[in-house]
Amino acid sequence: MIQASGLRKQYGDTVALDGVDLHVREGEIFGVLGQSGAGKSTLLRCVNLLERPTAGTVTVAGQDLTALRDGELNRARQHIGMIHQHFALLSSRTVAGNVAFPLEVMGVPRAERERRVGELLELVGLEGRGKDRPHQLSGGQKQRVGIARALAGNPSVLLSDEATSALDPATTQSILALLKRLNAELGLTILLITHEMNVVKSVCDSVGIMARGRIEESGSIADLIKTPGSRLTREIFLLPEPAPAGSVTLTFTGDPRQPVVSEVVRKFDVDLSILGGSIEDLAGGSVGRLRVALDGADAPAALAYLRGSGLIVEEAA
Amino acid sequence: MTWEEMLPLLWPATLETAQMVGWSAVFTLLLGLPLGVALVVFDRNGLRPAPALKSALGFVVNIGRSLPFIVLMIAIIPFTRVVVGTTIGTAAFVVPLTVGAVPFFARLVETALREVGTDVVQAAQAMGASRTTIVRKVLLPEALPGLVAGLTVTVVALIGYSAMAGTLGGGGLGDLAVRYGYQRFETLLMIVTVVLLLVIVQLLQSLGDWVARRLSHK
Repeated sequence: MIQASGLRKQYGDTVALDGVDLHVREGEIFGVLGQSGAGKSTLLRCVNLLERPTAGTVTVAGQDLTALRDGELNRARQHIGMIHQHFALLSSRTVAGNVAFPLEVMGVPRAERERRVGELLELVGLEGRGKDRPHQLSGGQKQRVGIARALAGNPSVLLSDEATSALDPATTQSILALLKRLNAELGLTILLITHEMNVVKSVCDSVGIMARGRIEESGSIADLIKTPGSRLTREIFLLPEPAPAGSVTLTFTGDPRQPVVSEVVRKFDVDLSILGGSIEDLAGGSVGRLRVALDGADAPAALAYLRGSGLIVEEAA
Repeated sequence: MTWEEMLPLLWPATLETAQMVGWSAVFTLLLGLPLGVALVVFDRNGLRPAPALKSALGFVVNIGRSLPFIVLMIAIIPFTRVVVGTTIGTAAFVVPLTVGAVPFFARLVETALREVGTDVVQAAQAMGASRTTIVRKVLLPEALPGLVAGLTVTVVALIGYSAMAGTLGGGGLGDLAVRYGYQRFETLLMIVTVVLLLVIVQLLQSLGDWVARRLSHK
């Protein structure tokens, strides 16, 4: 749905994007995770060409945006929704007026606009608030207005620029739940950027980890979790890195109530010490990661058994 | 001087001032608003960057702003004659007043428009809004309280300028103060004129503040 190839963006001597390839599949929520200054905001703004990349191409819904002229680009943008960290609502307009704005831009007639605004406000849970002014709303409600506005043009793609970074944790969860629902109900493809792992964990199907203008690792979360040594796994589970010598790190997906560890201790002559671990609920299901030390004559056999049970086993040197 | 003698002088003079200031304010709004918009739109970080054009406009505006009004008034007499056909009387002074106020107001417009957050402008761009739409539906409405405040300050400044115009034959309250207060030592009339000007300025400022407050939804 979104395909970016070889994106570079330079401001003078500063390289903000250093050859980024991005592929977001239709209907998925793709998170770009990185610290501030990593280039993720520039990347997002290159997708709808708010920033024109120095080199590379961006294709959204089969249309090469970098090849379009101003008027054509404006028409293409009407079908790419965007939400913003600080909401970017017009204080001169009511809530309904803000949601109607993109419809006015598209030239939708008044009666049709009013009907659509009503629908959109209901969709985001703000029915009856149309006459309010943005400053009368809480941060979470403002972002709901932003989401309603972004959906006005029935976009196939929604871009989210740190949409929950200015919100408290509970409000963040409610906005993320709304995005997840829109993704499921409308089949909306969402590309979001964030510096919070929590956002990636709660809603994303795929992730790209960004640093110094490059995407260092990307793919579906399910695949990355299963890839030994992946950065995502290391960053989700805050176990000490590198793993201490002689330790074994086990990653298991699916039902967390698999009694694999007790089985190992019963079946093999080993002592097992738990060094650390946790279970995380991700959008695609639970994932557990446990770091243990195995001692005893049967240790190699025990490891083989664990591998055979479908766990990912990483042995520290 | 009695009230009976003063009223026939004060009333027409007040009307003349109102006419001079009113018409100049209308023309200043019509010319200064687009100029202010141009200063923002053609800026290096504007909607349609044209740094050379912006510098040229800025230079012209600065010339207008740096000339003392009394000098400007005299300097553009030939221009006034071309535009209105005469260089005396209330109508003739609308020209220098407008020329003097346009750069002043344009800078205030520029400042008010710059106060509009770049985030709302970019949000509108992301929605596919054209530059004209962004100016009409984002920049101007969002800056409206600031624009009203700027217009108020400009009108008050115009009242000050109009008093100077009075001394060169423009009529109005300034002319009255010069002829009676300065040349004939009519202290009472001078005091009344001063009070009248103060009241007019206060009322206009309060009105402007009230409107700006009503329009603001921050």
